[in-house]
Parts: sequence; C-alpha cells; structure tokens
Amino acid sequence: MGWLDANLVSILNGLALGGLLFLIAVGLSLVFGTMDVLNLAHGAVSLAGAYVGVAVLSPSAGFGDFVVALLIAAALGLVLGAGLAAMTHMVSGHLRQALLTLGIALVAGDVLREIFGADVESVPAPLGLDGSIDVLGNAYPVYRLVVIGVAAVIALVLYLLLDRTQLGALVRATVADRGMVEALGVRSDLVLAGVFALGAALAAVGGLLAAPVLGAAPGLDDTILLLALVVVVVGGLGSVRGALMGALLVGQVQTVGVSLLPDQASFLLFGAMALVLLVKPRGLFPVQGVSGANP
Amino acid sequence: MTSTSGGPSPTSASIERPTPAGGVGASSSRRSRARLGRLVGLAVFLVLAALPIFLAPYPISLAGRILAFALLVVSVDVLAGLTGLPSLGQIAYFGVGAYTGGLVAIHASDNAFVQLGAGVLVAALVAAVTGAVAVRASGIVFLMVTLAIGELTHKLADGLDAVGASNGLAGIPPITLYPGGEPLVLAGVTYWWVLLVFLIGFGVAATVSRSPLGRSMRGVREAEPRLAAIGQLSYATKLAAYVIAGAIAGAAGTAWTVQTRFISPGDLAFSVSAIALLSVVLGGAGTLWGPVIGAAVVVLIRDWVSGYVSGHGELLLGLLFIVAVYALPNGLAGVASGRLRRRRAAMAGAPVAGEGQP
Amino acid sequence: MSAGAMGETAKPMLQVVDLTLRYGALTAVDSVNLTVSAGSRHALIGPNGAGKSSLFAVLGGTIRATTGQILIDGEDVTAQNEVGRARRGLLRTFQHSSLFMGLSAVDNVRLAVERKEGSPLRPWPSRRRDRRVTERAEEFLETVGLTSRRDDIAESLSHGERRQLEVALVLACSPRLVLFDEPTAGMSAAETHRFAELVEALPSSVTTVIVEHDLDVVYRLAQRISVLAAGRLICEGTPDDVRADEAVNEAYLRAGRSEEPLFTDRPASLSVTRPDDEENEVPR
Repeated sequence: MGWLDANLVSILNGLALGGLLFLIAVGLSLVFGTMDVLNLAHGAVSLAGAYVGVAVLSPSAGFGDFVVALLIAAALGLVLGAGLAAMTHMVSGHLRQALLTLGIALVAGDVLREIFGADVESVPAPLGLDGSIDVLGNAYPVYRLVVIGVAAVIALVLYLLLDRTQLGALVRATVADRGMVEALGVRSDLVLAGVFALGAALAAVGGLLAAPVLGAAPGLDDTILLLALVVVVVGGLGSVRGALMGALLVGQVQTVGVSLLPDQASFLLFGAMALVLLVKPRGLFPVQGVSGANP
Repeated sequence: MTSTSGGPSPTSASIERPTPAGGVGASSSRRSRARLGRLVGLAVFLVLAALPIFLAPYPISLAGRILAFALLVVSVDVLAGLTGLPSLGQIAYFGVGAYTGGLVAIHASDNAFVQLGAGVLVAALVAAVTGAVAVRASGIVFLMVTLAIGELTHKLADGLDAVGASNGLAGIPPITLYPGGEPLVLAGVTYWWVLLVFLIGFGVAATVSRSPLGRSMRGVREAEPRLAAIGQLSYATKLAAYVIAGAIAGAAGTAWTVQTRFISPGDLAFSVSAIALLSVVLGGAGTLWGPVIGAAVVVLIRDWVSGYVSGHGELLLGLLFIVAVYALPNGLAGVASGRLRRRRAAMAGAPVAGEGQP
Repeated sequence: MSAGAMGETAKPMLQVVDLTLRYGALTAVDSVNLTVSAGSRHALIGPNGAGKSSLFAVLGGTIRATTGQILIDGEDVTAQNEVGRARRGLLRTFQHSSLFMGLSAVDNVRLAVERKEGSPLRPWPSRRRDRRVTERAEEFLETVGLTSRRDDIAESLSHGERRQLEVALVLACSPRLVLFDEPTAGMSAAETHRFAELVEALPSSVTTVIVEHDLDVVYRLAQRISVLAAGRLICEGTPDDVRADEAVNEAYLRAGRSEEPLFTDRPASLSVTRPDDEENEVPR
C-alpha cells in the first residue's frame, strides 16, 4: 500500500494525460486508418479548441459555461475537420498531404498567435470542479478526475458507435473495402469526411479539456501533435483500441519521464516508442489492411 | 504508384499510351538532354564560384548558408526522392556533423578537412546505428521514427552541457586549409570552401544515383514487394541509402558551422526538417538538382521577404507550402522539364514528382 | 498419379507435400499434394474460389502454410520467405502485374539482372560492368519482344506488354521454377497467342506452373494438369485424363451451374460433395 500511496498522484496524472491524449489522438488515428491521410494540422485544431476556452471562459465560469465552451469547440472542430477533409481530398501521397497539412498548421498557428498573443494563456477549470478532493490520503485536483471520467465515457461511446451501430459498421466497411461500399451506392468520401470531422471535433474538445491543465500558448500545437503522433504509432494505425492503449501508455511514460528526467523526458518517451516498434513494427493494435506504407 | 486505400487503383485509371519513345531517337535525345544538363551545371558552377567577386559579405554569407542548407536538402532527397523514404530527421545528422565539426575546431584542429572528415564520419556512424532500427519501418511509421530521431537530437543538444546546452557552441575558430596556414576570415574565401563541400556532397549523391545502388533505391521506391520477389533484400539497400544520406547531412552540418562559427540547438529545430522536406517537394523529389533550387527559393523567401513582413515568417512559409502542393504537382523540376514530366506524371498519377535520371 | 515420363527427366523440381492453409475455421488449401517434373509445364485449374491463388501465395512465400512442405529440387524451402525462395530460383508473376511502374522497361529488367549477376549495392557506376548489365537486360527484352518499348515507362505499357515485361523480369532471374498467376487474364486473343508462344519457347531448364482460367491455353501449354476445387486436389493427370474425368466435370458443373463455368465470373459455391465417392468428400 505504501507504494501506491507514494505513486498514486503520478499514476492519476498519467491517466489524466492519457485520457486527454486519447481524445486528441483517436481522430488522427482514425483519419489515417480510414482515409490514409496524414494530417499534421491536428495539433493546431487542438490548440484552437483550447483557445476557445480562452475566448469564452472567464475565471468565474461555471459548469454550464464550460459545457457551452465544449460544444463550441466541438462545432469548431467539425468545421475544421470537414475543411481539412476537402483540402486533402484532391491531394494524394503522404508526402504532399503532410506538407499541405503542415502548411495549414503553420498558417493556423500564426493566425492564432495574432489573435491571442504569444503569451501563455490560462483557462480556468469550471467553478465547482476546481478544488481538490482526498484520494487515499492524497489531495488531488477534482478536475483531473473529471477529465479521466470524461475520456473513459467518450471512449466507451466511440467503441459502441463503431462496433454496435449501423453507422459504425458503415465506417468499418469503408475502411475495409471502399470499392465495395461505393458499389452499394454509398458516398464513401462523405463517410470519410465525416470521420475526419468527428476526429477533429474530438481533438478540439480534447484541447479545451486539456487547457486548464496545460494552458494555451503558441508552440503547444507542436507538442500536442508530437505526442499524438507517438500515440498513433505506438497504438497502431486506424484503431480506437490502439489509440486508447497507446494514449494510456504514452500518458504514463510521459508523466513518469517528466518527474524522473525533467529535461530529457523525451528520451524515455521515444525509447518506449522504439521498444514497442521493435516488437510490433506496426504498433500495438493496428487495423489490418492499413499498411501505412507509402504509395 | 498511387495505391492509397480508397484511391483509384492504377490499373483502373485510363492511361493513354503516348507516342512510343523507344528506339534510337529516344536514346540520342536522352544524350543531348544529358549534355545540356551538364552545360547548365557548368554554367551554374561558374556563377556560384564567381559570387564572392560581385557580392558584399552579407549576401555572400547568405549564399553560403543556402548552400549548406541545400546540401541538407539533397540528403533528404536521397532518402525521400530516390528511395521513397520521406524523412523528418535528417536535421539530426546535420546537427551531429555541425557539433562534431565545432568541437573538433575548438579542441583539436582548425583544419577544414579534418573537421569535414570527422563530421562526416560521426554522422555516418550515428546514421548507421539509428538507421538500422529506423529502416525496419516504412511509410508513416518511418516518418514518425525519423521525426523522433530529429527531436531527440534537438533535445539532446539542448540539454548536454558538454556541447553548451541551450547556449550552443560558440567561439568556434575559423578554419585553415593546410597545416600552418592562415585562418580563413574573409567571408568570400570561407564561401569557396562551403561551395567545395557542397559540390563534393552533391557529387556523391549524383554518383550514387547513377549507380546500381541508386537503381536499387528506386526499386525500393517503386515496388518494394517486387524487389523481394526477385530475391533482393530491401533492408540493405535502405540502410545504405540512410547512411549515405546521413553522411551528406553531416557534411552539410560542418559546412554550416564553418561559416556561422556558432551552432545551437535552435538550428536543429523541427521546423528546419519540415522546411527541408518542403524544399524537396517544391523542387521535385528524386531529381537532386530540383530540391537544391527549392532550398534556395525557400530560404530566400523566408529570410529576404520576411524582412518586409516581419514576424510572420511562419505564415508565409505555410502559404508557400499550401500553394506548392496545389500548384506544382511535380515541383519546380517538373516545370523546367515541361512536357515530358507532365506526361509521365499524368500516366503515373505520381504524388511525388519526378525521378532521377537513370 | 504417377509422375509421368514425358521424355524429360522424372526428377521432381517442385514437390508439395500435404500443404494446408487455414484461416481459423476456413480451409483455403486442404492437404494438397503436387509433384512437378523438372522442365515440364504444369497447369493448375479449378473453379473460382478453389484455392488456386492461395496455393500460389503459399508457394511463392508471401503466405506461410499452416502445415505441409514445399520442396524445390529436393530442398525444403517451407521455412524460406519470398526472398529466399526467389534466390533459390522460384520466381512468380502476379495477377496484377507487379512491376516497377515508374521505371522504364529496360530499367525494370536491369534490376533483376543486377541482382542476379551484378552488385546491386555498389554505390558508384562502372561503365564496363553497367553496360554489360544493360546489354543483358536488352537481351531479355528482345526475348519477350519488347525491344521497341525499351525506354518507355512501365506504367505506359499496355496490359499485354506489362505481362511480357514481367516475363522478362522473371527470366532475368535465371529461374528454375516459374509460377504464372493467371497470365492471360485480360488479354486479347492475339496477346494470348503471343504469350503462349513465349512460354513454349522457354528453355527446358525452366519448370513452369501456370494457374489459368483459359482452358485453350491450358490444353495447349500444359503437359500435366492438376484440378483444384474447394481447396482440394480432385484430379491430376494429362490433359486427356482431366478432360475425361467425371469428378472434374461435376465440380465445374456444380460450381458454375452452366456448361462452361470458367468463362463466367459468378462466384462458385463451395459444395463439391459427391455422395458416391466418399474418399473425395469435402468436409464442410
């Protein structure tokens, strides 16, 4: 019990970070799995979500205000996702997609910096959730526990959506055999655009949820993108389960790494990634048929 | 070549057969194209060599930095354009070369050749070790691994006190060309050394491109499974390409340090990798010379134009990326080679433009 | 099922022993036995869904068999992957011609020649040696009749020409055993004829196994035929043996529900049970 006591805070932090990373990264993984598109603007979308919090929430914001902000962020994400889907639709090849989305990310970063300035902005946790409670003898911020809960719920909803609904079956069929789906009369490009939009919405929501913990500042989009990419690579391309496992793993490793080697936390993270790739070169739970290989 | 899941399959696209280019006519036109290329190359070299006569020190140092960066871009093209392994991590080997050159200059020898040799050797070694793991991956995973390598090297440089940590390595003495020689302090003369390094590096890349290894690399790029089916292990080819690219990047790094006499972690930032990759696509992947032009364009736009639009360099760059992807499907090299490239690209639906000449 | 003496040596170049490929509950290849004499031409036919492609994939090394053995010239290659088998002389062509699409025809063949006779990893050009490789590549192009398309990009070649190029590629690897996977699919009559001539002109040192749907081609080229249905071998023999075999006719009738099921692309049913012939009963 002593070990748990000493490390509980760290474990919970890892879970919270993992939860946030899951929300942010699942969209990236799905978009890659369904559309075979590498979207490097994903971090920027997340950051935009965070800035929604900056713009909309005041220090005295309550729970209701926060929910409204989340909805705005989700809507923004949907729009951005659909836009990105349209822009990448005509561009084939990972290299060109990567550069297109990177260009968009740079432009977006600059625009956000123009609007919100270069300083680190803080986003308050909603009143009522901004305190700490006692967890097994340790004081722990309520907000982070809420984040863990929200992420878990969304993960469950996503799983049910993909696995148990007609819509989910349609998405899975589109991934497996786009031609067949087209032959059935379904506009596969609309399905895929929908996936893109949903993924972006989740990323924006994730960014906003992360804001009370991470803040909002230029350059954060790069950090988020990098972590999300590691999650996707570790977890395996195209799968929700992979994104979840990858996110939890990365969340823990990153948290531990930061507390052990503050300056070189990246080493632990990339070391873990290298380890996973050595054993499973396509990640932990890749979706079959998504090779990720360059055309 | 384009077989993204969900995209049109190559065999279903209607490919019109162009007028056959086979026979004697084709090879003689190839020969005359090659001769023209050599003439243009010679002219360009003469212009570059003559620059210090006409330009003031600042533009000369800009030109020198462009050359060093262009050599880095060439190393990216060797991987991305020739072998089909797009990399965001070449900056790591550039950094290794740069820091090695700087350390040798400070602690061991100010001889330019020694610095170059040390930088290339260490960079190649690091590339061999990291590449052995990296090239086991392909596509997006490979891109990620290289990104990780780049970022890790960046962080390492930032944290390691032995190389100056976040302050970087300063006070690097000027180079000498021979033992007991005069240190080169004139910008123009240093530029000539940089030009020499560039030519050597580019020459290595061009030689490899025309060699059996270069053809194997293209085989990996075009159809790696087919290569296996004729009995060739692609791993060795990819690793060889990776080490060569790493060595070239290392040389570029030493060329950088020699001019700026200062190297810091900021020079290894992810954005540099991204811009390098952009330059390859902008210039025309696989052609080697196209990316050099792409590098020049990118640096000039970023350094020169951003002076007028201060503080928005990133915005400009981002717009450039976007425009380049839509407007130049085959890069600048594609524009220059006009009709032939357009026909080829239309037939192949190639997302990554151009190819090296066999 | 004797390894027929057709005038060439009866030494088997390819031996497939009890080869089985299972995907969970689905058995794609069921205990197939096959013996192909050196230098002979052997065809593999069967209705759609019979497992021919799966068998070829296992033979080629892209899929690992569940159980069973594959021997090339007496050597067990079951554990070898694609590269190992290619190096031992087992080359194959693919249903969708697998070529280096962005490279010219001669460059395609050059890669194979270099790999076989040169040093594919040499990082500098050598005028003499490179020229020799190019000349060899041009020889192979001439053998398949593609000299006029020497410098054309593989992607620009017609379907039939791509097949020819693939044959050149395969020949350049000095194969002992070539697996042709539905080579005439999508070809015109003229192209098919040209292709058949090419195969007939192959040196006697090359053993050929062809998966084909075009029975005219099969009867023209093959010295022995194996018939696959629902993953199992239901007949093997000379073309005459096969033509006369009742089981084969039933298999095709049941599969396609027409006189000539091979020329439709209706998916085959997998029930090939013949209640009067228990030893050939296919487990469902």
